Amino acid sequence: MKQLALVIDLNVCVGCHACVTSCKEWNTSGPAGFLADRNPYDADPSGTFFNRVQTFEIGAYPKTETVHFPKSCLHCEDPPCVPVCPTGASYKRAQDGIVLVDYDKCIGCKYCSWACPYGARELDQNQRVMKKCTLCVDRIYDESLPQSERKPACVLACPTTARLFGDVNDPDSVVSVAIRENGGYQLMPEWGTNPANHYLPRRKTQISIHEDELIRVDNPLKKERQLPMPGSEEQTLDDITSW
Amino acid sequence: MHPAFSVIFLTTLIGVGQGLFLALYTGQLYSVVNVLPVQDSHSFYGLGSLLTLVFLLAGLVASVFHLGRPERAWRTATRWRSSWLSREVIVLPAFIALTALYGVINYYDLNPVLFSLNGEIHVELSLVVGGVNTVLAFALFFCTAMIYACVKFLQEWATPLTVVNYTLLGSASGFSLATAFAAYTGSGLVAFYAAWAVIITLAAFVTRIASLLRNANIKYKSSLRSAIGIRHSNIQQKSCGFMAGSFNTREYFHGATKRKFRSVKWTFLLLVFPLPVLLIGIGLGTSQAQVFALAFAIQYLGLLAERWFFFAQARHPQNLYYQTA
Repeated sequence: MKQLALVIDLNVCVGCHACVTSCKEWNTSGPAGFLADRNPYDADPSGTFFNRVQTFEIGAYPKTETVHFPKSCLHCEDPPCVPVCPTGASYKRAQDGIVLVDYDKCIGCKYCSWACPYGARELDQNQRVMKKCTLCVDRIYDESLPQSERKPACVLACPTTARLFGDVNDPDSVVSVAIRENGGYQLMPEWGTNPANHYLPRRKTQISIHEDELIRVDNPLKKERQLPMPGSEEQTLDDITSW
Repeated sequence: MHPAFSVIFLTTLIGVGQGLFLALYTGQLYSVVNVLPVQDSHSFYGLGSLLTLVFLLAGLVASVFHLGRPERAWRTATRWRSSWLSREVIVLPAFIALTALYGVINYYDLNPVLFSLNGEIHVELSLVVGGVNTVLAFALFFCTAMIYACVKFLQEWATPLTVVNYTLLGSASGFSLATAFAAYTGSGLVAFYAAWAVIITLAAFVTRIASLLRNANIKYKSSLRSAIGIRHSNIQQKSCGFMAGSFNTREYFHGATKRKFRSVKWTFLLLVFPLPVLLIGIGLGTSQAQVFALAFAIQYLGLLAERWFFFAQARHPQNLYYQTA
Protein backbone atom coordinates (compact mmCIF):
# COMPACT_ATOMS: atom_id res chain seq x y z
CA MET A 1 0.00 0.00 0.00
CA LYS A 2 1.23 3.44 -0.87
CA GLN A 3 2.39 5.65 1.98
CA LEU A 4 3.60 9.09 1.04
CA ALA A 5 5.98 10.68 3.49
CA LEU A 6 8.77 13.15 4.01
CA VAL A 7 12.31 12.22 4.91
CA ILE A 8 14.15 15.02 6.67
CA ASP A 9 17.92 15.00 6.67
CA LEU A 10 19.17 16.53 9.91
CA ASN A 11 22.68 16.31 8.52
CA VAL A 12 22.06 19.05 6.00
CA CYS A 13 19.19 21.12 7.45
CA VAL A 14 20.55 24.58 8.13
CA GLY A 15 17.46 25.90 9.94
CA CYS A 16 16.61 28.59 7.40
CA HIS A 17 12.82 28.23 7.86
CA ALA A 18 12.23 28.30 4.10
CA CYS A 19 10.06 25.19 4.48
CA VAL A 20 8.03 26.97 7.17
CA THR A 21 7.35 30.07 5.12
CA SER A 22 6.71 28.27 1.84
CA CYS A 23 4.34 25.89 3.63
CA LYS A 24 2.45 28.80 5.14
CA GLU A 25 2.40 30.62 1.81
CA TRP A 26 1.01 27.66 -0.11
CA ASN A 27 -1.47 26.48 2.48
CA THR A 28 -2.83 29.89 3.40
CA SER A 29 -3.63 30.51 -0.26
CA GLY A 30 -5.44 27.28 -0.95
CA PRO A 31 -9.15 26.51 -1.39
CA ALA A 32 -9.41 25.32 2.25
CA GLY A 33 -9.20 28.90 3.47
CA PHE A 34 -6.40 30.86 5.03
CA LEU A 35 -4.39 29.88 8.06
CA ALA A 36 -4.84 32.02 11.15
CA ASP A 37 -2.28 34.77 11.51
CA ARG A 38 -3.00 37.00 14.49
CA ASN A 39 -0.88 40.09 15.08
CA PRO A 40 1.72 39.02 12.52
CA TYR A 41 3.76 42.22 12.84
CA ASP A 42 2.76 43.11 16.38
CA ALA A 43 3.48 42.05 19.89
CA ASP A 44 2.50 38.48 20.71
CA PRO A 45 1.96 37.13 17.20
CA SER A 46 0.13 33.81 16.97
CA GLY A 47 -0.90 31.72 14.02
CA THR A 48 -1.39 28.31 12.52
CA PHE A 49 1.60 26.60 10.95
CA PHE A 50 1.81 23.07 9.60
CA ASN A 51 5.55 22.97 9.97
CA ARG A 52 7.94 24.39 12.54
CA VAL A 53 11.71 24.30 12.74
CA GLN A 54 13.17 23.95 16.20
CA THR A 55 16.77 24.24 17.22
CA PHE A 56 18.64 22.07 19.69
CA GLU A 57 22.17 22.21 20.93
CA ILE A 58 23.76 18.84 21.58
CA GLY A 59 26.72 18.41 23.91
CA ALA A 60 28.59 20.74 26.24
CA TYR A 61 30.41 23.86 25.12
CA PRO A 62 32.76 24.00 23.27
CA LYS A 63 32.03 20.54 21.90
CA THR A 64 28.52 21.29 20.74
CA GLU A 65 26.55 20.63 17.63
CA THR A 66 23.52 22.61 16.61
CA VAL A 67 20.72 20.52 15.20
CA HIS A 68 17.85 22.18 13.40
CA PHE A 69 14.80 20.02 13.66
CA PRO A 70 11.84 20.59 11.32
CA LYS A 71 8.64 18.94 12.52
CA SER A 72 5.27 18.57 10.84
CA CYS A 73 2.60 15.86 10.87
CA LEU A 74 4.40 12.53 10.55
CA HIS A 75 1.48 10.78 8.77
CA CYS A 76 1.67 7.77 11.07
CA GLU A 77 0.81 4.40 9.58
CA ASP A 78 -1.21 3.77 12.77
CA PRO A 79 -2.35 7.30 13.59
CA PRO A 80 -3.68 7.62 17.17
CA CYS A 81 -5.47 10.86 16.25
CA VAL A 82 -7.85 9.17 13.79
CA PRO A 83 -9.86 6.66 15.89
CA VAL A 84 -10.51 9.20 18.67
CA CYS A 85 -12.23 11.68 16.34
CA PRO A 86 -15.95 11.61 17.19
CA THR A 87 -17.11 12.88 13.80
CA GLY A 88 -14.84 11.09 11.36
CA ALA A 89 -13.38 14.44 10.28
CA SER A 90 -9.89 13.10 10.95
CA TYR A 91 -9.05 10.29 8.57
CA LYS A 92 -6.25 8.46 6.84
CA ARG A 93 -6.52 8.14 3.08
CA ALA A 94 -6.37 4.56 1.86
CA GLN A 95 -4.87 5.43 -1.51
CA ASP A 96 -1.74 7.24 -0.31
CA GLY A 97 -1.70 7.11 3.49
CA ILE A 98 -2.00 10.87 4.01
CA VAL A 99 -3.70 11.78 7.31
CA LEU A 100 -6.18 14.58 6.65
CA VAL A 101 -8.83 16.63 8.43
CA ASP A 102 -12.14 17.32 6.76
CA TYR A 103 -12.52 20.97 7.78
CA ASP A 104 -16.26 20.83 7.07
CA LYS A 105 -16.85 17.99 9.52
CA CYS A 106 -14.47 19.03 12.30
CA ILE A 107 -16.20 20.36 15.41
CA GLY A 108 -13.01 21.72 16.98
CA CYS A 109 -13.13 19.55 20.11
CA LYS A 110 -9.32 19.28 20.14
CA TYR A 111 -9.44 15.61 21.16
CA CYS A 112 -7.25 14.57 18.21
CA SER A 113 -4.60 17.07 19.24
CA TRP A 114 -4.55 15.51 22.70
CA ALA A 115 -4.18 12.10 21.08
CA CYS A 116 -1.17 13.11 18.96
CA PRO A 117 2.05 12.60 20.95
CA TYR A 118 3.98 14.82 18.53
CA GLY A 119 1.87 17.96 18.85
CA ALA A 120 1.50 18.06 15.09
CA ARG A 121 -2.05 19.44 15.07
CA GLU A 122 -3.05 23.04 15.66
CA LEU A 123 -6.49 24.50 16.18
CA ASP A 124 -7.06 27.37 13.78
CA GLN A 125 -8.09 30.42 15.79
CA ASN A 126 -10.27 31.83 13.02
CA GLN A 127 -11.97 28.80 11.50
CA ARG A 128 -12.01 27.01 14.91
CA VAL A 129 -11.21 23.67 13.30
CA MET A 130 -8.16 21.43 13.64
CA LYS A 131 -5.50 21.87 10.99
CA LYS A 132 -2.38 19.97 10.13
CA CYS A 133 0.08 19.17 7.36
CA THR A 134 -1.66 17.77 4.28
CA LEU A 135 1.57 16.90 2.43
CA CYS A 136 0.22 19.56 0.03
CA VAL A 137 -2.44 17.15 -1.17
CA ASP A 138 -3.83 19.94 -3.36
CA ARG A 139 -0.51 20.22 -5.13
CA ILE A 140 1.06 16.78 -5.50
CA TYR A 141 -1.74 15.53 -7.76
CA ASP A 142 -2.26 18.77 -9.68
CA GLU A 143 -1.77 17.84 -13.31
CA SER A 144 -1.68 21.49 -14.39
CA LEU A 145 1.73 21.70 -12.71
CA PRO A 146 4.83 20.24 -14.35
CA GLN A 147 5.78 16.84 -12.95
CA SER A 148 8.83 18.24 -11.17
CA GLU A 149 6.65 20.65 -9.16
CA ARG A 150 4.16 18.04 -7.96
CA LYS A 151 5.81 17.92 -4.56
CA PRO A 152 5.00 19.52 -1.19
CA ALA A 153 5.89 23.21 -1.01
CA CYS A 154 8.43 22.62 1.76
CA VAL A 155 10.33 20.07 -0.33
CA LEU A 156 10.55 22.45 -3.28
CA ALA A 157 11.66 25.32 -1.07
CA CYS A 158 14.46 23.56 0.79
CA PRO A 159 17.76 25.05 -0.42
CA THR A 160 19.88 22.17 0.89
CA THR A 161 17.65 19.29 -0.22
CA ALA A 162 17.19 18.30 3.37
CA ARG A 163 13.62 17.24 2.58
CA LEU A 164 12.82 14.26 0.40
CA PHE A 165 9.33 13.23 -0.63
CA GLY A 166 8.09 9.85 -1.79
CA ASP A 167 6.47 6.53 -1.03
CA VAL A 168 8.13 4.85 1.96
CA ASN A 169 6.47 1.55 1.14
CA ASP A 170 8.11 1.39 -2.28
CA PRO A 171 11.58 -0.07 -1.61
CA ASP A 172 13.08 1.64 -4.64
CA SER A 173 11.77 5.14 -3.98
CA VAL A 174 14.18 7.95 -3.17
CA VAL A 175 12.90 8.09 0.42
CA SER A 176 13.20 4.36 1.04
CA VAL A 177 16.73 4.32 -0.30
CA ALA A 178 17.64 7.32 1.86
CA ILE A 179 16.17 5.68 4.98
CA ARG A 180 17.87 2.39 4.27
CA GLU A 181 21.29 3.73 3.41
CA ASN A 182 21.57 6.53 5.95
CA GLY A 183 20.03 5.03 9.06
CA GLY A 184 16.68 6.83 8.86
CA TYR A 185 14.63 6.65 12.06
CA GLN A 186 11.17 7.44 13.42
CA LEU A 187 10.25 9.78 16.27
CA MET A 188 9.01 8.33 19.58
CA PRO A 189 8.97 4.72 18.38
CA GLU A 190 7.88 3.69 21.89
CA TRP A 191 4.22 4.48 21.16
CA GLY A 192 3.84 2.17 18.17
CA THR A 193 2.41 4.89 15.97
CA ASN A 194 4.79 3.93 13.17
CA PRO A 195 5.28 7.41 11.69
CA ALA A 196 5.74 7.49 7.94
CA ASN A 197 8.02 10.52 8.06
CA HIS A 198 11.59 9.58 8.87
CA TYR A 199 14.62 11.56 9.96
CA LEU A 200 18.16 10.99 8.77
CA PRO A 201 20.69 11.38 11.59
CA ARG A 202 23.79 13.54 11.74
CA ARG A 203 26.58 11.74 9.91
CA LYS A 204 30.31 12.27 10.20
CA THR A 205 31.95 12.61 6.80
CA GLN A 206 35.58 11.60 7.28
CA ILE A 207 38.53 10.53 5.18
CA SER A 208 41.63 9.01 6.72
CA ILE A 209 45.01 10.10 5.40
CA HIS A 210 48.26 8.49 6.45
CA GLU A 211 51.27 10.62 7.13
CA ASP A 212 53.21 9.28 4.17
CA GLU A 213 50.32 10.24 1.95
CA LEU A 214 50.78 13.88 2.88
CA ILE A 215 54.25 14.09 1.29
CA ARG A 216 54.41 13.47 -2.40
CA VAL A 217 57.10 11.02 -3.38
CA ASP A 218 57.98 11.38 -7.00
CA ASN A 219 56.58 8.42 -8.85
CA PRO A 220 57.03 5.90 -6.03
CA LEU A 221 55.89 2.96 -8.12
CA LYS A 222 57.63 4.16 -11.24
CA LYS A 223 54.41 3.96 -13.16
CA GLU A 224 55.38 6.45 -15.83
CA ARG A 225 58.63 4.73 -16.73
CA GLN A 226 58.97 4.27 -20.43
CA LEU A 227 58.28 0.66 -21.28
CA PRO A 228 60.85 -1.21 -23.33
CA MET A 229 60.11 -1.74 -26.99
CA PRO A 230 58.84 -5.26 -27.64
CA GLY A 231 61.05 -7.47 -29.70
CA SER A 232 60.15 -8.03 -33.31
CA GLU A 233 58.94 -11.59 -32.60
CA GLU A 234 56.92 -10.66 -29.50
CA GLN A 235 53.27 -9.78 -29.36
CA THR A 236 52.46 -6.13 -29.67
CA LEU A 237 49.48 -4.42 -28.11
CA ASP A 238 47.75 -4.62 -31.47
CA ASP A 239 47.97 -8.40 -31.48
CA ILE A 240 46.23 -8.92 -28.12
CA THR A 241 43.47 -6.35 -28.36
CA SER A 242 40.69 -6.40 -30.84
CA TRP A 243 40.08 -2.84 -31.90
CA MET B 1 -2.49 19.85 29.80
CA HIS B 2 -4.27 23.15 29.96
CA PRO B 3 -7.44 22.62 32.04
CA ALA B 4 -10.45 23.87 30.09
CA PHE B 5 -13.23 25.12 32.31
CA SER B 6 -15.87 23.85 29.90
CA VAL B 7 -14.67 20.29 30.42
CA ILE B 8 -14.17 20.77 34.15
CA PHE B 9 -17.79 21.89 34.49
CA LEU B 10 -19.08 19.25 32.08
CA THR B 11 -17.49 16.31 33.88
CA THR B 12 -18.28 17.50 37.40
CA LEU B 13 -21.87 18.59 36.67
CA ILE B 14 -22.90 15.41 34.88
CA GLY B 15 -21.09 13.47 37.61
CA VAL B 16 -23.37 15.08 40.19
CA GLY B 17 -26.38 14.33 37.98
CA GLN B 18 -25.42 10.70 37.53
CA GLY B 19 -24.68 10.28 41.25
CA LEU B 20 -27.97 11.93 42.22
CA PHE B 21 -29.92 9.65 39.93
CA LEU B 22 -28.12 6.59 41.31
CA ALA B 23 -29.02 7.81 44.81
CA LEU B 24 -32.70 8.27 43.91
CA TYR B 25 -32.88 4.87 42.30
CA THR B 26 -31.06 3.17 45.17
CA GLY B 27 -33.64 4.63 47.53
CA GLN B 28 -36.47 3.38 45.35
CA LEU B 29 -34.92 -0.07 45.01
CA TYR B 30 -34.53 -0.41 48.78
CA SER B 31 -38.13 0.66 49.33
CA VAL B 32 -39.39 -1.91 46.82
CA VAL B 33 -37.85 -4.71 48.84
CA ASN B 34 -39.23 -3.03 51.99
CA VAL B 35 -35.89 -2.14 53.51
CA LEU B 36 -36.65 1.57 53.47
CA PRO B 37 -39.92 3.48 53.71
CA VAL B 38 -41.62 4.29 50.39
CA GLN B 39 -41.12 7.93 49.32
CA ASP B 40 -43.69 10.15 47.71
CA SER B 41 -43.12 9.60 44.03
CA HIS B 42 -44.46 13.05 43.10
CA SER B 43 -42.40 15.26 45.37
CA PHE B 44 -39.37 13.04 45.95
CA TYR B 45 -38.60 11.07 42.80
CA GLY B 46 -40.30 13.54 40.47
CA LEU B 47 -38.55 16.64 41.81
CA GLY B 48 -35.37 14.68 42.41
CA SER B 49 -35.30 13.76 38.73
CA LEU B 50 -35.88 17.42 37.86
CA LEU B 51 -32.87 18.37 39.98
CA THR B 52 -30.83 15.66 38.22
CA LEU B 53 -31.89 17.09 34.87
CA VAL B 54 -30.81 20.60 35.90
CA PHE B 55 -27.28 19.34 36.57
CA LEU B 56 -27.13 17.22 33.42
CA LEU B 57 -28.37 20.03 31.18
CA ALA B 58 -25.99 22.50 32.82
CA GLY B 59 -23.18 20.06 32.01
CA LEU B 60 -24.39 19.79 28.45
CA VAL B 61 -24.39 23.58 28.11
CA ALA B 62 -20.86 23.73 29.53
CA SER B 63 -19.68 21.18 26.97
CA VAL B 64 -20.82 23.42 24.11
CA PHE B 65 -18.22 25.99 25.13
CA HIS B 66 -15.49 23.44 24.55
CA LEU B 67 -16.29 23.09 20.86
CA GLY B 68 -14.94 25.33 18.14
CA ARG B 69 -17.95 24.54 15.96
CA PRO B 70 -20.86 23.62 18.27
CA GLU B 71 -23.34 23.83 15.39
CA ARG B 72 -21.83 20.63 14.02
CA ALA B 73 -22.07 18.78 17.34
CA TRP B 74 -24.67 16.39 15.92
CA ARG B 75 -21.90 14.79 13.86
CA THR B 76 -20.19 13.54 17.02
CA ALA B 77 -22.53 10.56 17.29
CA THR B 78 -21.19 8.99 14.10
CA ARG B 79 -17.93 7.38 15.20
CA TRP B 80 -19.11 5.31 18.15
CA ARG B 81 -17.24 2.29 16.84
CA SER B 82 -13.85 3.82 17.59
CA SER B 83 -14.21 6.99 19.69
CA TRP B 84 -15.07 7.10 23.38
CA LEU B 85 -16.02 10.75 22.94
CA SER B 86 -18.59 9.71 20.36
CA ARG B 87 -19.90 7.03 22.72
CA GLU B 88 -20.23 9.60 25.50
CA VAL B 89 -22.14 11.88 23.16
CA ILE B 90 -24.61 9.06 22.52
CA VAL B 91 -24.98 7.89 26.12
CA LEU B 92 -25.36 11.38 27.64
CA PRO B 93 -28.56 12.36 25.75
CA ALA B 94 -29.94 8.85 26.27
CA PHE B 95 -29.33 9.21 30.00
CA ILE B 96 -30.93 12.66 30.01
CA ALA B 97 -33.96 11.36 28.11
CA LEU B 98 -34.48 8.37 30.39
CA THR B 99 -33.99 10.54 33.49
CA ALA B 100 -36.70 12.84 32.13
CA LEU B 101 -38.95 9.84 31.46
CA TYR B 102 -38.27 8.49 34.94
CA GLY B 103 -39.15 11.89 36.39
CA VAL B 104 -42.38 12.21 34.36
CA ILE B 105 -43.49 8.71 35.29
CA ASN B 106 -42.97 9.49 38.96
CA TYR B 107 -44.21 13.09 38.93
CA TYR B 108 -47.52 12.29 37.20
CA ASP B 109 -47.75 8.89 38.87
CA LEU B 110 -48.02 7.04 35.54
CA ASN B 111 -46.60 4.04 37.25
CA PRO B 112 -48.47 0.78 36.54
CA VAL B 113 -47.28 -2.41 38.22
CA LEU B 114 -45.82 -4.48 35.39
CA PHE B 115 -45.46 -7.73 37.31
CA SER B 116 -45.02 -9.02 40.82
CA LEU B 117 -42.46 -11.33 42.30
CA ASN B 118 -43.76 -13.81 44.92
CA GLY B 119 -46.87 -11.63 45.12
CA GLU B 120 -44.96 -9.27 47.42
CA ILE B 121 -42.47 -7.32 45.36
CA HIS B 122 -44.34 -5.17 42.85
CA VAL B 123 -42.20 -4.17 39.91
CA GLU B 124 -43.48 -0.85 38.62
CA LEU B 125 -42.74 0.84 35.32
CA SER B 126 -40.47 3.43 36.97
CA LEU B 127 -38.39 0.63 38.48
CA VAL B 128 -37.70 -0.85 35.04
CA VAL B 129 -36.99 2.55 33.45
CA GLY B 130 -34.76 3.44 36.40
CA GLY B 131 -32.95 0.11 36.12
CA VAL B 132 -32.12 0.73 32.47
CA ASN B 133 -31.10 4.28 33.33
CA THR B 134 -28.79 3.01 36.08
CA VAL B 135 -26.93 1.00 33.47
CA LEU B 136 -26.70 4.17 31.37
CA ALA B 137 -25.40 6.15 34.36
CA PHE B 138 -22.53 3.72 34.84
CA ALA B 139 -21.96 3.54 31.08
CA LEU B 140 -21.70 7.33 31.03
CA PHE B 141 -19.13 7.32 33.86
CA PHE B 142 -17.20 4.71 31.91
CA CYS B 143 -17.36 6.60 28.60
CA THR B 144 -16.40 9.94 30.16
CA ALA B 145 -13.43 8.45 31.97
CA MET B 146 -12.32 6.33 29.02
CA ILE B 147 -12.02 9.49 26.89
CA TYR B 148 -9.03 10.28 29.08
CA ALA B 149 -7.93 6.79 30.08
CA CYS B 150 -7.65 5.57 26.48
CA VAL B 151 -4.99 8.10 25.46
CA LYS B 152 -2.06 5.85 26.28
CA PHE B 153 0.72 8.42 26.10
CA LEU B 154 -0.98 10.69 28.61
CA GLN B 155 0.37 8.34 31.23
CA GLU B 156 -1.25 10.09 34.21
CA TRP B 157 -4.65 9.28 32.70
CA ALA B 158 -4.00 5.91 31.12
CA THR B 159 -4.96 3.83 34.13
CA PRO B 160 -8.12 2.02 35.30
CA LEU B 161 -7.99 4.32 38.33
CA THR B 162 -9.25 7.12 36.09
CA VAL B 163 -12.49 5.21 35.50
CA VAL B 164 -12.79 4.29 39.17
CA ASN B 165 -12.21 7.88 40.28
CA TYR B 166 -14.69 9.41 37.85
CA THR B 167 -17.32 6.91 38.99
CA LEU B 168 -16.68 7.24 42.70
CA LEU B 169 -16.22 11.04 42.76
CA GLY B 170 -19.37 11.60 40.68
CA SER B 171 -21.35 9.20 42.86
CA ALA B 172 -20.03 10.77 46.07
CA SER B 173 -21.12 14.26 45.03
CA GLY B 174 -24.49 12.90 43.86
CA PHE B 175 -25.13 11.15 47.17
CA SER B 176 -24.10 14.31 49.06
CA LEU B 177 -26.64 16.27 47.03
CA ALA B 178 -29.23 13.53 47.63
CA THR B 179 -28.64 13.89 51.37
CA ALA B 180 -29.30 17.62 51.19
CA PHE B 181 -32.30 17.06 48.90
CA ALA B 182 -33.78 14.46 51.26
CA ALA B 183 -33.25 16.82 54.19
CA TYR B 184 -35.00 19.72 52.42
CA THR B 185 -37.95 17.56 51.29
CA GLY B 186 -38.31 16.11 54.79
CA SER B 187 -37.78 12.60 53.53
CA GLY B 188 -36.86 9.77 55.87
CA LEU B 189 -33.87 8.82 53.73
CA VAL B 190 -31.47 11.45 55.09
CA ALA B 191 -29.48 9.05 57.25
CA PHE B 192 -29.43 6.44 54.50
CA TYR B 193 -28.04 8.86 51.90
CA ALA B 194 -25.68 10.45 54.40
CA ALA B 195 -24.21 7.05 55.24
CA TRP B 196 -23.70 6.20 51.58
CA ALA B 197 -22.29 9.65 50.80
CA VAL B 198 -19.69 9.15 53.54
CA ILE B 199 -18.88 5.60 52.42
CA ILE B 200 -18.47 6.55 48.76
CA THR B 201 -16.49 9.68 49.64
CA LEU B 202 -14.09 7.62 51.72
CA ALA B 203 -13.79 5.01 48.98
CA ALA B 204 -13.07 7.79 46.47
CA PHE B 205 -10.45 9.17 48.87
CA VAL B 206 -8.64 5.82 48.80
CA THR B 207 -8.69 5.50 45.02
CA ARG B 208 -7.79 9.16 44.40
CA ILE B 209 -4.84 8.89 46.76
CA ALA B 210 -3.88 5.71 44.94
CA SER B 211 -3.85 7.55 41.61
CA LEU B 212 -1.89 10.46 43.13
CA LEU B 213 0.72 8.02 44.42
CA ARG B 214 0.83 6.24 41.09
CA ASN B 215 1.31 9.50 39.21
CA ALA B 216 3.97 10.71 41.64
CA ASN B 217 6.12 7.70 40.74
CA ILE B 218 5.35 7.57 37.05
CA LYS B 219 8.12 6.63 34.62
CA TYR B 220 7.74 8.55 31.41
CA LYS B 221 8.26 6.47 28.32
CA SER B 222 9.19 9.39 26.10
CA SER B 223 12.16 11.64 26.57
CA LEU B 224 13.69 14.45 24.58
CA ARG B 225 16.04 11.83 23.19
CA SER B 226 13.28 9.69 21.72
CA ALA B 227 11.37 12.81 20.70
CA ILE B 228 14.08 14.04 18.34
CA GLY B 229 15.92 10.74 17.98
CA ILE B 230 19.31 11.97 19.09
CA ARG B 231 20.94 9.73 21.67
CA HIS B 232 22.83 12.22 23.77
CA SER B 233 22.64 12.93 27.47
CA ASN B 234 23.04 16.67 27.06
CA ILE B 235 20.47 18.25 24.75
CA GLN B 236 19.34 21.83 25.17
CA GLN B 237 16.58 23.47 23.21
CA LYS B 238 17.61 26.83 21.85
CA SER B 239 14.49 27.74 19.89
CA CYS B 240 11.00 26.29 19.60
CA GLY B 241 10.54 27.70 16.12
CA PHE B 242 8.68 30.90 16.95
CA MET B 243 8.98 33.76 19.35
CA ALA B 244 5.47 34.15 20.79
CA GLY B 245 2.75 31.65 21.66
CA SER B 246 1.11 29.00 19.56
CA PHE B 247 -1.55 26.33 19.99
CA ASN B 248 1.22 24.00 21.16
CA THR B 249 2.28 26.28 23.99
CA ARG B 250 -1.27 27.19 25.02
CA GLU B 251 -3.10 23.87 24.91
CA TYR B 252 -0.62 21.54 26.59
CA PHE B 253 0.75 23.65 29.45
CA HIS B 254 -1.31 24.57 32.51
CA GLY B 255 0.78 27.69 33.02
CA ALA B 256 0.36 27.72 36.80
CA THR B 257 3.23 28.17 39.18
CA LYS B 258 4.44 25.17 41.15
CA ARG B 259 3.01 26.74 44.24
CA LYS B 260 -0.46 27.20 42.79
CA PHE B 261 -0.34 23.71 41.32
CA ARG B 262 0.45 22.19 44.71
CA SER B 263 -2.06 24.35 46.53
CA VAL B 264 -4.83 23.17 44.21
CA LYS B 265 -3.96 19.58 45.10
CA TRP B 266 -4.21 20.23 48.83
CA THR B 267 -7.36 22.29 48.31
CA PHE B 268 -9.18 19.49 46.60
CA LEU B 269 -7.89 16.88 49.03
CA LEU B 270 -9.40 18.99 51.81
CA LEU B 271 -12.62 20.11 50.13
CA VAL B 272 -13.67 16.85 48.50
CA PHE B 273 -12.99 14.38 51.28
CA PRO B 274 -12.67 15.37 54.97
CA LEU B 275 -14.76 18.56 55.06
CA PRO B 276 -17.94 17.11 53.50
CA VAL B 277 -17.68 14.01 55.70
CA LEU B 278 -17.33 16.26 58.75
CA LEU B 279 -20.25 18.47 57.68
CA ILE B 280 -22.46 15.47 56.95
CA GLY B 281 -21.67 14.23 60.45
CA ILE B 282 -22.59 17.64 61.90
CA GLY B 283 -25.73 17.65 59.76
CA LEU B 284 -26.79 14.28 61.13
CA GLY B 285 -26.26 15.58 64.64
CA THR B 286 -28.10 18.87 64.20
CA SER B 287 -30.63 17.73 61.55
CA GLN B 288 -30.21 20.98 59.65
CA ALA B 289 -30.71 20.81 55.91
CA GLN B 290 -28.44 23.82 55.34
CA VAL B 291 -25.46 21.91 56.71
CA PHE B 292 -25.99 19.13 54.17
CA ALA B 293 -26.32 21.71 51.40
CA LEU B 294 -23.08 23.29 52.56
CA ALA B 295 -21.42 19.84 52.57
CA PHE B 296 -22.47 19.32 48.94
CA ALA B 297 -21.44 22.84 47.89
CA ILE B 298 -17.99 22.44 49.42
CA GLN B 299 -17.55 19.01 47.88
CA TYR B 300 -18.56 20.34 44.46
CA LEU B 301 -16.11 23.24 44.73
CA GLY B 302 -13.48 20.71 45.70
CA LEU B 303 -14.35 18.60 42.67
CA LEU B 304 -13.78 21.61 40.41
CA ALA B 305 -10.29 21.85 41.90
CA GLU B 306 -9.87 18.08 41.60
CA ARG B 307 -10.73 18.17 37.89
CA TRP B 308 -8.44 21.15 37.31
CA PHE B 309 -5.64 19.21 38.92
CA PHE B 310 -6.50 16.07 36.93
CA PHE B 311 -6.00 17.96 33.66
CA ALA B 312 -3.04 20.04 34.80
CA GLN B 313 -1.16 17.03 36.09
CA ALA B 314 -1.15 15.23 32.73
CA ARG B 315 2.12 15.84 30.93
CA HIS B 316 1.73 15.58 27.21
CA PRO B 317 4.76 14.17 25.36
CA GLN B 318 4.57 17.01 22.85
CA ASN B 319 5.78 19.30 25.66
CA LEU B 320 9.20 17.71 25.14
CA TYR B 321 9.44 19.79 21.97
CA TYR B 322 8.80 22.96 23.96
CA GLN B 323 11.48 22.84 26.64
CA THR B 324 11.94 26.59 26.55
CA ALA B 325 8.26 27.48 26.41
